[in-house]
Amino acid sequence: MEAAKENSWEPKIITFLCNWCSYAGADLAGVSRIQYPPNTRTIRVPCSGRVNPLFILRALQNGADGILVSGCHPGDCHYLSGNYSARRKFAVIDRLLEYVGIEKGRVQFSWVSAAEAGRFAEVISEITEDVKKLGPAKRLVKKRVE
Amino acid sequence: MVGGGIGGIQSALDLAESGYYVYLVEESPAIGGVMPQLDKTFPTNDCSMCILSPKLVECGRHHNIEVITNSWVKNIEGDAGDFTVSIIKEPRYVDENKCIGCGLCAEKCPSKVPNEFDAGLGKRKAIYVQYPQAVPMLYAIDKPNCILFKKGKEKGKCRICEKFCESDAIDFDQEEEQITVNVGSVILAPGFDKFQVDSAELAKHGYTSLIAQYGYSKYPNVVTSLEFERILSASGPYEGHLVRPSDKTPPKRIAWIQCVGSRDVTCNSGYCSSVCCMYAIKEAVIAKEHSKIPLDVTIFYMDMRTYGKDFDRYYERAKEEHGVKFVRSKVFGIEEREDTGLYLRYAAENGELKTEEFDMVTLSIGLNPKSSAVKLAERVDIQLNHYNFCETNTFTPVNTSRDGIFVCGAFQGPKDIPETVMQASGAAAASAALLSDARGTLVKKKEFPPQKSVIGEPPRIGVFVCHCGINIGGIVNVPEVKDYAATLPNVVYVDEGMYTCSQDNQKSIKEKIAEHNLNRVVVASCSPRTHEPLFQETIQEQGLNKYLFEMANIRDQCSWVHQSNPEQATEKAKDLVRMAISKSRLITPLSPITLKTIPAVLVVGGGVAGMTAAQNLADQGFEVHLLEKGMKLGGLTKKLLYTLEGEPVQPFLTDLVEKVSNNPLITVYTKTVIAECSGYIGNFSTKVKTGPKKEIKEIKHGAVVIATGAQEYKTTEYHYKKNRGVISLLDLEKEISKASKRVKECENLVMIQCVGSRDENNPYCSRVCCTESIKCALLLKELKPEMNIYILYRDIRTYGFKEDYYREARKKGVVFIRYESDAKPEVNIVKEGKKDILKVSVNEPLLGEKLIIDADMLALAIGTVPLPENKELSQFFKVPLNEDGFFLEAHMKLRPVEFATDGVFMCGMAHSPKLIEESISQANAAASRAGTVLSKEIVELPGTISFVDKTMCAGCGVCISVCPFGAIEMDNEQEIAVVNEALCKGCGACTASCKAGAINLHGFSNNQIMSVIDSF
Repeated sequence: MEAAKENSWEPKIITFLCNWCSYAGADLAGVSRIQYPPNTRTIRVPCSGRVNPLFILRALQNGADGILVSGCHPGDCHYLSGNYSARRKFAVIDRLLEYVGIEKGRVQFSWVSAAEAGRFAEVISEITEDVKKLGPAKRLVKKRVE
Repeated sequence: MVGGGIGGIQSALDLAESGYYVYLVEESPAIGGVMPQLDKTFPTNDCSMCILSPKLVECGRHHNIEVITNSWVKNIEGDAGDFTVSIIKEPRYVDENKCIGCGLCAEKCPSKVPNEFDAGLGKRKAIYVQYPQAVPMLYAIDKPNCILFKKGKEKGKCRICEKFCESDAIDFDQEEEQITVNVGSVILAPGFDKFQVDSAELAKHGYTSLIAQYGYSKYPNVVTSLEFERILSASGPYEGHLVRPSDKTPPKRIAWIQCVGSRDVTCNSGYCSSVCCMYAIKEAVIAKEHSKIPLDVTIFYMDMRTYGKDFDRYYERAKEEHGVKFVRSKVFGIEEREDTGLYLRYAAENGELKTEEFDMVTLSIGLNPKSSAVKLAERVDIQLNHYNFCETNTFTPVNTSRDGIFVCGAFQGPKDIPETVMQASGAAAASAALLSDARGTLVKKKEFPPQKSVIGEPPRIGVFVCHCGINIGGIVNVPEVKDYAATLPNVVYVDEGMYTCSQDNQKSIKEKIAEHNLNRVVVASCSPRTHEPLFQETIQEQGLNKYLFEMANIRDQCSWVHQSNPEQATEKAKDLVRMAISKSRLITPLSPITLKTIPAVLVVGGGVAGMTAAQNLADQGFEVHLLEKGMKLGGLTKKLLYTLEGEPVQPFLTDLVEKVSNNPLITVYTKTVIAECSGYIGNFSTKVKTGPKKEIKEIKHGAVVIATGAQEYKTTEYHYKKNRGVISLLDLEKEISKASKRVKECENLVMIQCVGSRDENNPYCSRVCCTESIKCALLLKELKPEMNIYILYRDIRTYGFKEDYYREARKKGVVFIRYESDAKPEVNIVKEGKKDILKVSVNEPLLGEKLIIDADMLALAIGTVPLPENKELSQFFKVPLNEDGFFLEAHMKLRPVEFATDGVFMCGMAHSPKLIEESISQANAAASRAGTVLSKEIVELPGTISFVDKTMCAGCGVCISVCPFGAIEMDNEQEIAVVNEALCKGCGACTASCKAGAINLHGFSNNQIMSVIDSF
């Protein structure tokens, strides 16, 4: 029964992509027609450093099964050090998420450059696989009173 | 500007953007040239129309470009700086001021004729627009095919178009008009004619008719490459379904025959058309992608000339990933048999005669000189070369024989789109330098209507969903997405369009804004990275602030990457549209930050490219700082002695160094490297370490040109540097120039191509080596005609007119032997007395045997590699490198000298390996693009920057510590943070770090992003 459920369920994953590297890499994947799973929904941000940890919590509350934050490689940040600031924030939120019971792998962080179309597709395929294995995220989902 | 193809458009835009008024004369009824006919472009497989469309629109609506269609230049009188140009405007028979492009006339017109835009495969009416996205979007009557004109205007009765035209635009009484304009310079960009396979003209002159050989026009399934482009195109005659013309069934086997009308003296086209190898590979790959059934594709070729940036990778991918078959051969003919199969007879490389059956054959036709341009050249006294292309000199690649008249694009020689764009910018730079005194005297300022205030109004959102031909519509169910968007709150208008970026759709967006009083616009189409500025300008023209715009990327990040999953792609598109709408509810008008531009430029690298760029920018009147890491200017060119055409290089170089060193506007810094760089377009500040003492000096500048060049690969193959008989081509050239004893005594000389190119380490072609080798071979044959010269090669890549020299080398007895990458030549050294004999063994493909050559000298064509310091430089200026380590341009096709980072440009070998004339062209192109920045007194920076809510700020200072630009300061009196708007780049690190939520980012505010997350 569990298996049947798994088959029909498709995870929804929010990706925060920085405008200069990862979003450009995603565009290049499109231009190169490199195929990847259709489970992600992208929010374009100027820099990975723009991603407030609260965004990640809010996404989980809204029923996102996975979250990816992706920025420029270290040293390549369009804003010099925004991606380092993102990495520091991520280290902290990672521990918080563990504490509240969000499984490892559900929220990921990666570097993808504007030239790495193939890598972008790989990263998306990997997180989709990881999240599929973990199943739906229920831990923080807001019970809406309609 | 003569010619409105991509070259003409680029030149016109460059000049108009840097303070000149441009007349763009185009002989057809619309601008665009050949590019709109193409389906995709190599090597990125970008949709041709999609990348061109924004430029068409920009050119069509630019306030400093006057587009004169249906017109040709009759005469040019006067001298550089003061020409009088007479233009003949042919009647369109449609009033340009009245036609609204509705198309009712064409719908009703009873006269159907073959559509030349579809290469004759489809039909159009006698009143028509060239293509659906044409700029200007105006109909024209094709006089020879109009029923009324055919019977004589007085006697004829038809006039149906006139009856149905609601705007009263049809005017059968229009007559030819003469327009005279006074200009300072002229640029010729007329483009090319496609090779006429069935040309009676050629036959008349006794040249081979290719009808007999290939059966073109006799067999319906033998098509030209341009016809094949139209077959592939979503807007083409078969709506993008890959079917053969005879019975509209999908083919199972397609062949491409290369060099039809190229490299062929029997049809007066002895040159290589430079682009056919790549477009054939592209067509083969796309055909395989389009085909719903398994498709076999084979390319029959002589040499595979994939010499450009990233072209070899494309070729390898076609072979390895897409299974395109490549057969090195000579095709003799095609014969159609009863079962409509096409039998192709060819000789394989080993001489074996073979026959193979195909369902369809594509002839890769070459590029011919434009016949109308040849006539123009005669009228205005411009010298042409022996093939009737425009004659230019290596060191002045955009100058014609007449002062003040410049040339670019395929009329100068066959070339692809990026080379055309570069040369077009180069020609613009030459023009701008000539006319720098008149800059800004004739231009008009762009003015938008006053902005409507939308504050306090509830959002009224208009959503426009794009089909992008079949790029989106072929996968995503666009009508479903549109209908879904209509159900969302605040959405008051929804629409779908074939190409939302086209001029007619832009017009429609403006109309809908007015009609429905829209105060937010959402477009669901391609990437905001490429198209946002276009749509923003459109809504500004209707009085909306440009920030009241949002985009959903349902092509690059949806339909293109989920091709096998249309259902989920449609779901994703709906989600993306919903998220964009959700953000659009909360977006607010913003005003840009305006700053003064520093009219100075930093050029990094003192080789030919850097010096050319510096020289041109100084001629344009800008202050230039030229950095060179070595002791002397000149770069790699210091080692070059002759061009292929035999012109000496050093006098040119000495002259250039002198001009640059003596130019009062250019400051040269030798032995100088960059230590630090900060700033942004218009206002950079770079600290350099200069001179023997490594003094630190700060340079302030408005733009940067990176021209650092490249270097020779350090190889250890073939006993290089271990045996003195083995030398590099550059060393060989030096020996030749000295007519050294060694060279004179040499009886057998072998050259090996692709040493450190096209291999695992450097999987790209170094482009110049074939030409260099042939140049050396010809020089040697001059010096010592009896010398035996063997060139061992993989593909000879003498593109363009360089093919002449390849032919000459063969004629003079230079022996060319091909080797495979997996069977490289071997070199053994045998001592004979005092002398070393280099025994070079290689497989001879024609004989199928191993050949051993006893060589006295072995010259290696060593490849070009990027400089290791590119990495550091790329970090200083925040610009990317490609996988090989060369700088990566903003767009391979249409932005070849720019980066995504504004104000930073590049040229020369820092971009990729290239010949001197190409470096010079590109250097001028970079100068032209930099000129568009420097010529503006004020640079506008985006309004998407941070701001502080004073009431919330606790003055903790976290934002100050995370800001990478030092853009935030503490106001000690009020104990709150203050943003310096000129320094803030809008990264948002502060916003993400503020615990109080006091500092926020315009355009990406907390509540905007939260609402997107909530709507997910």
